[in-house]
Amino acid sequence: MVKLAEWRGKEVFRRYGIPIPTGRVIRSAAEAAEVVRSGAVPLPVVVKAQVLAGGRGKGGAVRFATTVEELQSVVLAMLGMDFKGETVKELLLEPKVAVGRELYLSIALDRSARVPLLIASGTGGVEIESLSDDQLVRVPVHPFVGLAAYEKLRVAEAFSLAPPASKELGGLLDSLWRAFQGEDAELVEINPLAVVEGHLVALDAKVIIEDDAGFRHPQYAEIRDDRTPLEEIAREKEIAFVQLDGDIGVIANGAGLTMATLDVLAQFGGRPGVFLDLGGTDDPNKVTEAFLLMAKARPSVVFLNIFGGVTRCDTVAKGLVAAMTQVPDSDRFPLVARIRGNNEDLGRQILESAGITALSDLQASAQAVVEAEKLRKGSGGSP
Amino acid sequence: MSVLVDSDTRVVVQGITGHQGTVHTVQMKLFGTQVVAGVTPGKGGAQVEGVPVFNSVAEAVARTGANVSVIFVPAPFARDAFIEATDAGIHLAVIVTEHIPFHDMLTMYQYGRLRGTRIIGPNCPGIGAPGKAKVGIIPNVVFRPGRVGVISRSGTLTYEIVNGIKEVGLGQSTCIGLGGDPVVGTSFVDALPWFEQDSETDLVVLVGEIGGTAEEEAAEYIHQHLTKPVVAYIAGRSAPEGKRMGHAGAIIARGRGTAASKRSALQQAGATVADFPYDVPALVAQRLREAGRR
Repeated sequence: MVKLAEWRGKEVFRRYGIPIPTGRVIRSAAEAAEVVRSGAVPLPVVVKAQVLAGGRGKGGAVRFATTVEELQSVVLAMLGMDFKGETVKELLLEPKVAVGRELYLSIALDRSARVPLLIASGTGGVEIESLSDDQLVRVPVHPFVGLAAYEKLRVAEAFSLAPPASKELGGLLDSLWRAFQGEDAELVEINPLAVVEGHLVALDAKVIIEDDAGFRHPQYAEIRDDRTPLEEIAREKEIAFVQLDGDIGVIANGAGLTMATLDVLAQFGGRPGVFLDLGGTDDPNKVTEAFLLMAKARPSVVFLNIFGGVTRCDTVAKGLVAAMTQVPDSDRFPLVARIRGNNEDLGRQILESAGITALSDLQASAQAVVEAEKLRKGSGGSP
Repeated sequence: MSVLVDSDTRVVVQGITGHQGTVHTVQMKLFGTQVVAGVTPGKGGAQVEGVPVFNSVAEAVARTGANVSVIFVPAPFARDAFIEATDAGIHLAVIVTEHIPFHDMLTMYQYGRLRGTRIIGPNCPGIGAPGKAKVGIIPNVVFRPGRVGVISRSGTLTYEIVNGIKEVGLGQSTCIGLGGDPVVGTSFVDALPWFEQDSETDLVVLVGEIGGTAEEEAAEYIHQHLTKPVVAYIAGRSAPEGKRMGHAGAIIARGRGTAASKRSALQQAGATVADFPYDVPALVAQRLREAGRR
């Protein structure tokens, strides 16, 4: 998923006709001063850190300024600050407005019902999780139809707006729905949707774009989200790669088997550090790349657990043997291999002729992995 | 009777000329499946492993009587391939393709519902009924005819568990891999009644994963409606919150979708929940003995 920073989310909203404040993104104090002096954003302004974590208001990531001097010192204080592990690099400047009411509006997927679900609340500006069920209106949206008039009426009743905002609501709901579908979003959220001088304005924007629809939206490919650098390389190579807290590297094929492998390791006191899912492949080169990527993560020991289906055991064995010749000595790690399924015997032969023992029992191999890790740590070997 | 497929199943392979399409056509045929047609637009008239290729599903259906489709076409084209199959009168589509945008899948699911076409998948290993037919990519070696039904959200983990059932001398009636995507055509709750009604199934193995609430809903259904014993395993007990564990659907968000909640819901519904995948076969044998079925 690609989580868009607020300003990018608002840019999506603007394209779909959802009213937003007139704002500017700045990356330096000089830029901020220029934006205000030129009148692009009039004083007083609100300065919002463009980070993805929530709780910005309470955490000092949203501040105000009434003069250019004050703005510059606020900007200097905020740029580079750490907010829940993210470094603030961009700030959004918007005019400070007199907010009347604050409402909540979002559309996300309801996995159980297999339809998108619009959620609205007359109580916005707070975390949605803090609201009780009777404060929320839930409207399932059929993907072929969009929002029907009676469904919009349910939202209108929850909001009980006065004109002109009441007249604007229907169009805004349609725009939000079109943005959700048109951008292949996992989530579009306006919190708060504010009433400013009688009109509806999206004061915040949270937009999450789905990865799988990237072929329709190449513009989102450049936006980095919360991946680590190695996770980013893995993504480019279409290998599912997740970094966790431990030291053991796990290479398996298929998400379910990978998770089960982590569970079994945890049972024996092993702490997985990297989770690498080969997926379905019959290309030994992809296996080699996966191993080289794993080596970069500097695991204490690697557990290869393969059940051969689409991915045949001999393919994995060939890729693995090729990788072992390419890993630099400094990055070498003990390996426990467990292979089952298609071409299991062939795979075992290839591994054994390269000096790698292949086991077949999952429980026994997981124990061997944990033993190998203890041995390595006990001997003072570098992790 | 088996579930969804049987010896009358006539399969059309959409995307048969692609690498995976060809490889699995061979495997399905070796399993004994009647693979009667392939479809790749523009390649009509060709043959793949003795299977005639047509330009459209409608043509394949008209010429060969195909009634089930397995879809291997790349994700950007999968939606249209499914719509085509549906319009050609196919009543069951097994979608192997991974990385289909969920918005496309929403369209496919709703369209299939309107037109009466059942989807298994996407991003799934498909269906196998030993001795009858296999539609999808589950390795042939894991199967053995028997009376255990398997429903799973996983791929390789399903193979692991199905293989384990074989290795303790039991066999399977039908195995269905539902896929682990956020939107699936068939959920546990959709599939459970088929196994309850299937006269060839004595026990159901349910293989779940963290993320979503499909297992909790299955537990509710099992509690209300299932008379057959259930053995379950849930992968991802040690997964941290907020990390997507490979499958797009496998993520613990805001404490929801944890293995603990799924395991406890299933236990309360009367299912036996295995701690590890390799514990499943013994628990299956035990529940069958208790039910006087072995």
